Formats: sequence, C-alpha cells, structure tokens
Amino acid sequence: MNSTDFPLLEKNKSLVYLDSSATSQKPSSVIKSMNDFYLNYNANVHRGIYTISEEATIAYEKAHEVVAQFIGAELEEIIFTRGTTESLNFLAVALGKKLKVGDEIVLSEMEHHSNIVPWQQIAKTTGAVIKYIPITSDYTLNMSDAQKIISYRTKIVSVTHISNVLGTINPITELAQMAHAVGAVIIADAAQSVPHMKVNVKDLNCDFLVFSGHKMCGPTGIGVLYGKKELLQNMEPFQFGGGMIQEVTFEDSTWTELPWKFEAGTPMIAEAIGLMAAVEYLQSIGMENIEKYIYDLTQYSLEKLSAIPGLTIIGPKKLSKENNESKKMKDRGAVISFTLDGIHPHDVGEVLNRERIAVRVGHHCTMPLHKLLKLNGTVRASFYLYNTKEEVDKLVQGIFEAQKIFQAEKITQK
Amino acid sequence: MKSNNPEATLVETYFENKYEIVSGKLSEEEELYKENILDHYKNPHNKRKISHCTFNHKDFNPLCGDEITLFIKTEQGKIIDAAFEGNGCAISQASASMLTDHIKKMSLEQAKQLGPWDIFNLLGIRISHTRSKCALLCLKTLQEGIKEAKL
Repeated sequence: MNSTDFPLLEKNKSLVYLDSSATSQKPSSVIKSMNDFYLNYNANVHRGIYTISEEATIAYEKAHEVVAQFIGAELEEIIFTRGTTESLNFLAVALGKKLKVGDEIVLSEMEHHSNIVPWQQIAKTTGAVIKYIPITSDYTLNMSDAQKIISYRTKIVSVTHISNVLGTINPITELAQMAHAVGAVIIADAAQSVPHMKVNVKDLNCDFLVFSGHKMCGPTGIGVLYGKKELLQNMEPFQFGGGMIQEVTFEDSTWTELPWKFEAGTPMIAEAIGLMAAVEYLQSIGMENIEKYIYDLTQYSLEKLSAIPGLTIIGPKKLSKENNESKKMKDRGAVISFTLDGIHPHDVGEVLNRERIAVRVGHHCTMPLHKLLKLNGTVRASFYLYNTKEEVDKLVQGIFEAQKIFQAEKITQK
Repeated sequence: MKSNNPEATLVETYFENKYEIVSGKLSEEEELYKENILDHYKNPHNKRKISHCTFNHKDFNPLCGDEITLFIKTEQGKIIDAAFEGNGCAISQASASMLTDHIKKMSLEQAKQLGPWDIFNLLGIRISHTRSKCALLCLKTLQEGIKEAKL
C-alpha cells in the first residue's frame, strides 16, 4: 500500500523495514512540507508582523487545528511537545504537584519506560504510591484486578492504548469509567495507536492523550499532549519563558490563553508543519483503510509466524476473539514480538540485518515487563501501511536462516 | 567526536575514528570466524565458577540483557585461572569464552592494557556499533573487576 510515497523505501528496494513501532518512514509530502517551510517562509511564530512570520504563524496554528480534528479535539486542547516521552513528563510534573502522601498512581505492567520512570520520580518527591494493573496469561490487562486497584486513593491512571511489545489493545474507555468513578484522571499513551487506527478522544473519554509525530509518518522532535480544556485551564504551565505569557513585570507574570500557555520558547515550527503534512497524508488514504490494510497484514504475519517451530509469540495470538468482519483492530495491533528457542534475540536481529530485514530486538524500553515474563529480550516486527505480505515472507525466510545458522535445537543454554 | 564523559565506554573510544555500518553478507573469511564464534557459544570454554577466586565481578549489558560474572584467580600478579558464568547473545558469550582463554597466564598489568581491538581480533568479525557493547562486556567486566579489587 503506497510504498512508492516513501523515498527511502523507493531508494532501498531490498530493505524490509519492520520497525515502524520505533519510528515510521516518511512520505515525500512530509519531507517536502518541511523543506518548503525552510526554503520559503522560515520565520519565528507569534512574534513578527511581517509576511513570512504571518505565514509561519498561520501554518503553525493550522497544524494544531489539523491534529485536533484528527483525534476529535479542539485547537485549545492540543499542545505540541517533543514527543510522547516529553508529554508524559510534563503531565507527571503538572499533576504531581497536587499529589499528597499516600495518593496513588495506577499504571499497568505493560507500560513503556516513559510511562513508568517519570511517575517513579514524582512518587519519590511526593510520597505517592504507584500501583500496577497486572497482566493475565493471555497478555491482556486483568480488568477485575484493575477494578480493585483503582480506588478512592487513586488520583492518576496512566495506561498505554496499544502495548509496544505485546501489541495488546487496552480498554481505555472502561478504565476511564473506573478512574472517573473515583475522581481520578486518566491518561492514554497512544503512541502506538494513533498511527494505526481512528482514535477519538471523546470515544475513549480519556482526560489526556499523548503521542509522537515520528511514528505516524511525521518528523522526529514533535509530539502531542491532548488535554480536556477544563483540565488544562486549571493547570499551571510546565515551562516558562517567551511565547507563553500575557504580561510580565519585574515582579510577576500572567499566562496567555490555551494552548500557547503550555508552549514556552520558540516551538518546533518545521516539525509541526511536517506533522500536519503527515496527518493530511494519513487522512488522504483514510484511517479506516489503513487499519484494514494493517489488520490483514498482521493477520497474515500471525499465521505465518505461529507456524514456525520453536517460535513463541509474546502477546495475544489473535487480532480479535470474535468474528470480526469490519477488520477493526480490537484485541491487538500490528506489533508482533516473539522469541526463538535457543537463539538470543540479538543474534536473530543480526542475521536478519544481513538479509536487509530491520527488526527491533531487546527489551523495547519495557524492562519490567520482560523481567516479569522472564525474558531477556524479544524480537519485534512491527508493520505499517508500506509493508507487504512479501516482506512478511522474507521475514519468515530470515528466521529459518537464523535457525539454520544456530542449529537452534542443538543449543542448550547453560 | 571526543566524549567528555570520563565513563566513556570502550566502545566510544574505539569508534572515535573507526565507525562502520555493518550490513550485507559476510565475507568468506568472516564466515570461518563466524563458525568459531558459534563454536565458542555452543561449547563455551571456562564456563564455571572458581570457588576460591581472588575476585569476581558481575556486569550486564542493558541493551540486550547480556550478563557475565567473571572469576579470576591470581598468584603473584599473574592470572592463573579465569572463568565465567552468564547468559546472553552469541557475541557476548563467545567473547567471554575467548577472553578467559586469552588472559590465562597473563600478568594483571597485561590484562589492564587490553583494549577493544584485542577483543575484536579474537572475534575476527566486523562488529557493528550497537553490538560492540555485547562484544566488549567481558572486557569491561574484567577491567572493572580489577579496579574494584584494587589489584
């Protein structure tokens, strides 16, 4: 699907890029939009009254608008950050300010380091306690445990929408209900879901939603922090400086309106324009079409991979438990992690790289999850709209090659 | 590109001037070395504990979860026995196997002088930037062990 839109893939026809969960490739329209900015209207935003500054400001603000519409939000609710990690750090600091000793932060066992480490720091300084929703043997969240863990002590629930290792899709709406019932806020880490499926913040009913531009065909260095307007209005800025003030005196300052009060300093203008081009690119194909395409590809991969002797898929085995005509991703997304008996994931990655197949190996920034599952690493293949079934076949061949080299069945790890 | 970090890894020192992207098929010579690495991985040398060792040291490579514990026995400034325990990828375990062979009968002073190149020579295969951390884990473990034991 549309791989010709991606210059890097066009130039490297033999490359099998299966690491889009780490970062996606960029279509020419995104690269062109950023070039165009630097070549034709590079100027700072919200400052100059000259023409190119006006043009840059309009483009920068429009980027917020486009992203807002993309996820069913309003312009005031879209804050640009450096990425998902920065969005989560901002939230940890801002929401952390209101935490008291004994307050609880609820995360899940399948969180990325970026949704654990910032909260650990906040817990240390405030005396708040972190609780983890456990995962079940079929790699989904244990929702009856979640119901017990989310209590009146809970102030924040922060959970990934799609696990970057297991591929599990978590029931954010249900968790939101539980959180709201006890007066807590809920944050959805949507880094892996926004690129792949139609995400609507109203449907999810989350208070905050965070994601990165670079996993959805956009540039690196830009991400999004969505927050409900009434919550953002009552929050103090994360950073201070130019661009976010209304009035500054030698004694004190007041803040400008949403969302700009949360964007101190010269923002990532080219990156915002690139992100806007990425959203427009995805919309031109249609998120429903993308989801269906990736659904088929993931289905095919799951079938092919699970047929390999000695290969264990770490994550839900099926895209959907029930019959699923609509091809909507319900139980899992296009991230497939696996292990091979007798071969270390890094060695698998090395052999695959020699065949020009790019996969991620290691713990994928989820050390606690890997420790829990007693794995020292996994191999992860992740798919996006430019991947094909032929590439999945090449992956399967590459895995056979690795097994041949290591004569896997004969190795006994001592 | 010099790192100001005093803790700069051996890898960084090595790659100051020598950075190569390893990809594509192996050369014939490398194929032979690859066999050697696989052999060390499948049948590691010195993979045991030394119960009355002079020092032991454990380190790990968070990148891929490689783990190595080195056991060293010395007599009058000389390494008389070296062994290791651990688990991880082929590169990390094979290089520990090779290094423990290599340092037996070496003086501690000689062992302290060992550098990344010695390991790469033992392995005899191009090691990518990322995987150098696996290859050099055993050397890092050895040298930090010596330092910690104040030998």
